[in-house]
Amino acid sequence: MDYSQFGSMIPELIVLGIFMLVFLFDTFSNEGGKRILTPLTTVLFALGTVAIWLVPASGEEVFGGMYVNDTATNAIKAILNIGVFIVFLQSAKWVESDEVAIRKGEFYELLLVTLFGMYLMVSARHFLLFVIGLESASLPLAALVAFNKKHYESHEAAIKYIMTAVFSSAILLVGLSFVYAFSGGSLYFSDIALGVGGETSGLLIVALAFVIAGIGFKLSLVPFHLWTADTYQGAPTAITSYLSVISKGATAFAFFVIFVQCFGAVYSEIWEWMLYAVIIATITVGNLFAIRQKNMKRFMAFSSISQAGYIMLGAIAADGLGLASMMFYIFVYVVSNLGAFAVISTIEENAGKISMDDYNGLHKTNPWLSFAMTLAMFSLAGIPPFAGFFSKILIFTSVTGTNSWPLYVLVLIALINTIVSLYYYLLVVKAMWISPEEPKIAAFKTAPCQRVGLWLCIAGIVFFGLVPYIYQYCYDAVKDSLAFLTIF
Amino acid sequence: MGITLPILILAIPVTMFLILGIGGVKMSRKLAGVLGIIANGTLAVIAYTVAFTYFFSGDPNFIVDGVRQQFQVFDVTWLAFTQTLVVNIGFLLDPISAMMLVVITTISFMVHLYSWGYMEHEGGFQRYYAFLALFTFSMLGLVVATNIFQMYIFWELVGVSSYLLIGFFYKLPSAVSASKKAFIVTRFADLGFLIGILILSYYTDTFNFVKLTNNPESVLATFSGATFMGASVMTWAMVLIFTGGMGKSAMMPLHIWLPDAMEGPTPVSALIHAATMVVAGVYLVARMFPLYCIVDASLTFVAVVGAITAFYAAVVACTQIDIKRVLAFSTISQIAFMMVSLACAYDKPVEGVHYAGLGYMAGMFHLFTHAMFKALLFLGAGALIHAVHSNNYTEMGGLRKYMPITHWTFLIGCLAIAGIWPFAGFFSKDEMLAAMFSRHWFWGAWMTMVAGLTAFYMFRLYFMIFWWEENPKYKEHTPHDAPWQMSVPLIFLAAVSCVAGFIPFGEFVTYNGEPYHIHIDGATAATSITVAVLAIVLATVMYRKKNSLPTKVKNIWPGLWTAAHHRFYWDEMYMFVTHKIIFGIICKSIAWFDRHVIDATMDMFAKVTQKTSYAIRGMQSGTIQTYVYWYFAGAVLLAAITWICLI
Repeated sequence: MDYSQFGSMIPELIVLGIFMLVFLFDTFSNEGGKRILTPLTTVLFALGTVAIWLVPASGEEVFGGMYVNDTATNAIKAILNIGVFIVFLQSAKWVESDEVAIRKGEFYELLLVTLFGMYLMVSARHFLLFVIGLESASLPLAALVAFNKKHYESHEAAIKYIMTAVFSSAILLVGLSFVYAFSGGSLYFSDIALGVGGETSGLLIVALAFVIAGIGFKLSLVPFHLWTADTYQGAPTAITSYLSVISKGATAFAFFVIFVQCFGAVYSEIWEWMLYAVIIATITVGNLFAIRQKNMKRFMAFSSISQAGYIMLGAIAADGLGLASMMFYIFVYVVSNLGAFAVISTIEENAGKISMDDYNGLHKTNPWLSFAMTLAMFSLAGIPPFAGFFSKILIFTSVTGTNSWPLYVLVLIALINTIVSLYYYLLVVKAMWISPEEPKIAAFKTAPCQRVGLWLCIAGIVFFGLVPYIYQYCYDAVKDSLAFLTIF
Repeated sequence: MGITLPILILAIPVTMFLILGIGGVKMSRKLAGVLGIIANGTLAVIAYTVAFTYFFSGDPNFIVDGVRQQFQVFDVTWLAFTQTLVVNIGFLLDPISAMMLVVITTISFMVHLYSWGYMEHEGGFQRYYAFLALFTFSMLGLVVATNIFQMYIFWELVGVSSYLLIGFFYKLPSAVSASKKAFIVTRFADLGFLIGILILSYYTDTFNFVKLTNNPESVLATFSGATFMGASVMTWAMVLIFTGGMGKSAMMPLHIWLPDAMEGPTPVSALIHAATMVVAGVYLVARMFPLYCIVDASLTFVAVVGAITAFYAAVVACTQIDIKRVLAFSTISQIAFMMVSLACAYDKPVEGVHYAGLGYMAGMFHLFTHAMFKALLFLGAGALIHAVHSNNYTEMGGLRKYMPITHWTFLIGCLAIAGIWPFAGFFSKDEMLAAMFSRHWFWGAWMTMVAGLTAFYMFRLYFMIFWWEENPKYKEHTPHDAPWQMSVPLIFLAAVSCVAGFIPFGEFVTYNGEPYHIHIDGATAATSITVAVLAIVLATVMYRKKNSLPTKVKNIWPGLWTAAHHRFYWDEMYMFVTHKIIFGIICKSIAWFDRHVIDATMDMFAKVTQKTSYAIRGMQSGTIQTYVYWYFAGAVLLAAITWICLI
């Protein structure tokens, strides 16, 4: 075996390297050394992110074509890394709390392992590698969800998560075994694209439905989403925010690659119709449930379900523009959602409040937090001129660009749902700014690292709406790679 | 030339706006003022450098074989609608944009300096400078736009800054209603502009000015002869785009906002409502000139609107009492002059016409000179108002002894606008009239008459302010010249108004980039000067000393005078149409529809959403078994439905 092939896996090696360093440091350092673990990890991670952003992708397929590192995978990894960096900043205070401080090394290690798994999912061009990535992204997350050992909800959340994860893996593997049968004994994406063909058979439909269901678990597509609310609510807020953006972003990208590369050419008719139904269900059901929520974390859970539906619109467009706008949407979703979670978690830590009713009159005591939350809500709802508006416009245009009337109907339904979502996002804004009640949350100072994280999110929401740099970056990245995408 | 200076041209004012807007409250007035003035001085220097480089460096980007080129310094994608239809933000350098850079930054700097003295005792001084910076930014962005959509964005931004500045004294109800009026009327016009842009881009698939104007024939071809209600679609598009220009440049019948806009601080009137923003419509027509030429009907439309407006505004200006209103109507009339001049130009050589693009060159020349002397007149009016504390000339009279600097500079402004040699207005007006005569004698004769009226009402104003009869109130409160911050701009602009006519403007700005050597058309010059001098003599006879002649003249046709004084009842007509017809009849029925149909539908939507939301709550039961059932059922159902549908 040619070991120089590992040289192509630069992003993976960087994350793995940070993981090893953190692990060794955590194991062998004394009490004093543990104190700098958090800043050390954060700084190392920031450097790693910059490195991934800067080092050009080789574009080679290595390990016999199982793994590829091209500009598009590099771009999505860089976007995910920005999100993880913000998560690190936001959780820096929580990991130092009494209950968690002693285990904070584990938090970073487990989190980095899941990130490594997601990298593999994104770069995989072979189902075996993909499943390995998926599992190593799923299982450590269960441990993370249960991180608040002494809280009953945390356990419940973890159990619900792991049970559904196991079930979804089973479904996915059944689906993949059918695919294996069809493709004539290969699990390479490129072989499957060539191998499948001919008549549409019932078995193939079952295979596609099961693969969608299996991957749909991680994206919390309806009806595979039921674990989401309970898990998001029970998990520590840092993990919830990680689950809601990073995990989804990586899986959405992998979903696109799998379906467009393997089944795009021959069976786009079938899986696009399935996805069509799933997207409508996802957006609508997510919205309908979000309306009723009073607990902010549950509220964000349903909001993120509905957002996942919007992300998947990029997959139904199934061309280069679709992927580029999907990646941009993921970026915007990362900064907006993390901004919202940052506010929720600081309030939870400082005041212990998590209900929307507790946010009444927040602007009187914490105007900056209210401001940040408002921006995040506006961006999630897609109000111009914030980034969320542009990401929605771009993803809608990528869908309508394919010129078929069912897709116009889809965009119309998505638009109507945007209006519904406006209602519940604005409920939060209304509570903070308009509600005449006396504020229930006293004024407090946000920790510096959390403030930095929040400012990063605000900069992303405000700045990248108006400046097209990120979209251009995604567009160029997609354009320079992914040979199976033809439309440009 | 690199992109640093062009970027700075946009970055400096917007940064100043943010600094003064956000931090202004904590600054002292002096600091805010000095910051604003320094920033604008720097901006002017940079703009001059850019314009100078463009005109004189001989860089092949800017000039090839003596023909000036359009050069996009940068042009970045901002929003991509489709692969071809994208909105860019960029910086276009060509003769007219370079010329506008000079005009805007010069006047803006003068106004910044002047305002330091003028606004000294007003509240919200810092806010005022912040708004000025916002306006400067928007106006610069408008003139350097590489595409019509960018222009539209900045077009709206100048509208907003104009709104903010007109309503600057927000405690005065009249200022508030004037600002609303300006905003609503121009917004209404911009609706037409937007529709025009959409039609044009729908057919041509581009917003870019260079692409649109370099090959007007192919643009016309993309419309492939489509017609709508008897006119070609491209004519509609161009006329609708011009509607936006009519709103901003106060052409009839959308002129009603400009006289009221005089409620804003006087330096603002000088900057926005005389020199820069209101000529945006002229600039728009000049920018898209080849497209207007290719559809002749739209150019004729411009000419007719311009000619009517010029005459109407000149007549109304003869009867106003408020000196700023006189100047406002004069501005409307002069802008209309430029419009007619543009519309009298051709875009390619025509047999029997000495120089086809003369009207274009002359219109731009007049835009330049008019900006200088009209700003001078407004700033002079500001100095008068500052001294007398009234806008009406009935409170003035005999001021030449008390305010010598203001008197002399104002006189220069009046001579320039009247078109007396050797002041700036003479040269540009002569070229414009020559162009009009070369198109058709009617345009020339009509506009010569307007020029005569201009000379008359300006000197009527001049004599009423500085001669006539001294106001007895001066004994209690002696008027005096303004402080140096206000006098310096007056003297500078007066000096410019004296010499600007000798600038060989044709060497810089022409319709096709090739230089044109200006020479005075003897016959036209003689006619226009004679008319102007006669008008001035008439004004002298009537208004130099207090006498009963004006009253007698007024009483010949008292009805006409009253009608003109009330601006021929345009505002009343608008009030009737909006209040009685639109609000009273149309809006009432729409409101009923809104309340009982639209709202009811929305309520139903909300109810259905709430009900469904309540009904499906059982899905989220909390038990993991149910979750897995749903999961499996979902996967199987997905397969089953697809199976049924496809096989």
